[in-house]
Amino acid sequence: MSEFLQLVFSGLTVGAIYALIALGFTLIYNASDVINFAQGDFVMIGGMGTVFLMASGLSLPLAALIAVVAAVGVGLLLHRLAIEPARGASPVTLIMITIGASIFIKGVAQIVFDKQFHSLPAFSGDAPIPIGGATLLPQSLWVLGTAIGLVVALYLFLEHTLVGKGLLATAANRLAAKLVGINVTLILAMAFGLSAAIGALAGVVATPITLTRYDIGTLFALKGFAAAMLGGMGNPLGAVVGGLLIGLLETFGAGYVSSTYKDAVAFLMILFVLFFLPRGLFGGRSVERV
Amino acid sequence: MLGKALRARYTPLLVLAALMVLVPLVSTSSFHLRVAALVWIFALAALGLTILMGYAGQVSLGHAGFLGIGAYTVAISPVRLGLDPLLCLVLGAAVAGLVAYAVGRPILRLKGYYLAIATLGFGVIVALVLHSEAEITGGPDGMAVSRLSLFGWRVAGATSWYWVTAGALLVGALLALNIAASPTGRALRALHDSEVAAAGTGIDVASKKLAAFVVAAVYAAVAGGLLAAMNGLITPEAASFSHSIELVAMVIIGGLGSVFGTVVGAAFLVVLPQMLTALQEYEQAVLGLLIMVFMIFLPQGIVPSIRAYLMERLP
Repeated sequence: MSEFLQLVFSGLTVGAIYALIALGFTLIYNASDVINFAQGDFVMIGGMGTVFLMASGLSLPLAALIAVVAAVGVGLLLHRLAIEPARGASPVTLIMITIGASIFIKGVAQIVFDKQFHSLPAFSGDAPIPIGGATLLPQSLWVLGTAIGLVVALYLFLEHTLVGKGLLATAANRLAAKLVGINVTLILAMAFGLSAAIGALAGVVATPITLTRYDIGTLFALKGFAAAMLGGMGNPLGAVVGGLLIGLLETFGAGYVSSTYKDAVAFLMILFVLFFLPRGLFGGRSVERV
Repeated sequence: MLGKALRARYTPLLVLAALMVLVPLVSTSSFHLRVAALVWIFALAALGLTILMGYAGQVSLGHAGFLGIGAYTVAISPVRLGLDPLLCLVLGAAVAGLVAYAVGRPILRLKGYYLAIATLGFGVIVALVLHSEAEITGGPDGMAVSRLSLFGWRVAGATSWYWVTAGALLVGALLALNIAASPTGRALRALHDSEVAAAGTGIDVASKKLAAFVVAAVYAAVAGGLLAAMNGLITPEAASFSHSIELVAMVIIGGLGSVFGTVVGAAFLVVLPQMLTALQEYEQAVLGLLIMVFMIFLPQGIVPSIRAYLMERLP
């Protein structure tokens, strides 16, 4: 039982990180129909930025803040310089643009930073908290708390602010949004900035657990993408559930089946789900018009 | 006259053959010939994707998985089963085709991004198996591959490999051009534009898609087998996600659906890193930047863009 609980704890912790990355995918996908493969690299920028800013003598909160702002800058540049000019391109072209961006960001990161693994000290100590025979690391609470906080904040922003509603309107129908006077370009830029901020924050809180390196974004992007697809692309609730599910599946797969194949467990599960629910768990059952 | 030649079916093949003869005349350096042989091999692998993506309009982000299956079949079966390496090349193609058939049936029901994640998942799983089953595959360090012999002739040296790979690519290109002109090729192009409309005209969409997927897998597996035999060593890196991306990039940069464009795209992505080794630190950044620039400013790809430009100006 205690082993089971232990796996649940670690599954939820990694799952929360995947959920945040999946939320980033969802935000950008909804606003612009683009799958942004550079999403994982925002996580890397958040983590690596904080590590290197702290090494230069800044305090953790200040370093984290600057790293997140830097990631937002990269997100806005990505939108302005790569996505905007390619408006109207096919999905495959857009996928390749963001993959190119991801390779580019990794390439710059290995020059600006280095090729080593880095970590951050846990924010509030390493003393494990015993719960029901299992233990929970304080950093896991940071990860889960950040994830819950961001999801709630995002919900309030989307449902209760004018700008948030503008984003939802743009997601629902871009032309109609434009006709009622919404600045669609600004909204799209905001979706990229917001996704970058969410990803970078996830990177900051996750680094004490997962370590970070210039190329860590690829795996995060794959898992986040998988989580978003599992939940049903474009559905924020689906993204959160998909992320947590993948985290749990992976940890249970590693705990009870084989740790070498933990990545395979997640992807096999996705193939399985897509086989029976081709649009994911929470995907609409919409009929494509011809 | 020239305009007519541009439209002729076998023009790309003739240009390609001329290029293949020209390269050894320009340089006999074994390094250059080896790089050229790599171009032919990757072009062969990417040609499969040209049929799948360019003709049929289906994405695969895990195609290096099939390259890995072909490569490891050539590496493993001579050791384990005592088979002749040449036979293993055929065996690898058959295994990859069967796997593609089995995997393709369920996942080709998916469309767009869903198909992308499913193929991606497949590629990741293949790479992971090659990585983890160290007793059979040698794990992350990979394994040695025995020499290939064609009817008693042991293929060794850059020049021999240059011609073997060039020949394989020519055969592959010929098949791809003929598939494009066949009823199946026309059916694939029809479902590229609209699956519903294609189905409405009586095309069996599911089976045509599956056929394209299997053919694409066979191309990749043969290329993988040649790669393994030429290098004499194979690592799980061959089946990695980044390799899958490179294959897709070759197809798109050269020109989606263009056979000659695929070769140009492969040349671009194989030669470029060789030239950038001098600035090794900047290699990744430059590569990423180039992919972005091409996708944004030349989404049609190099060859179709040049072709369209020439067609407008030639009689």
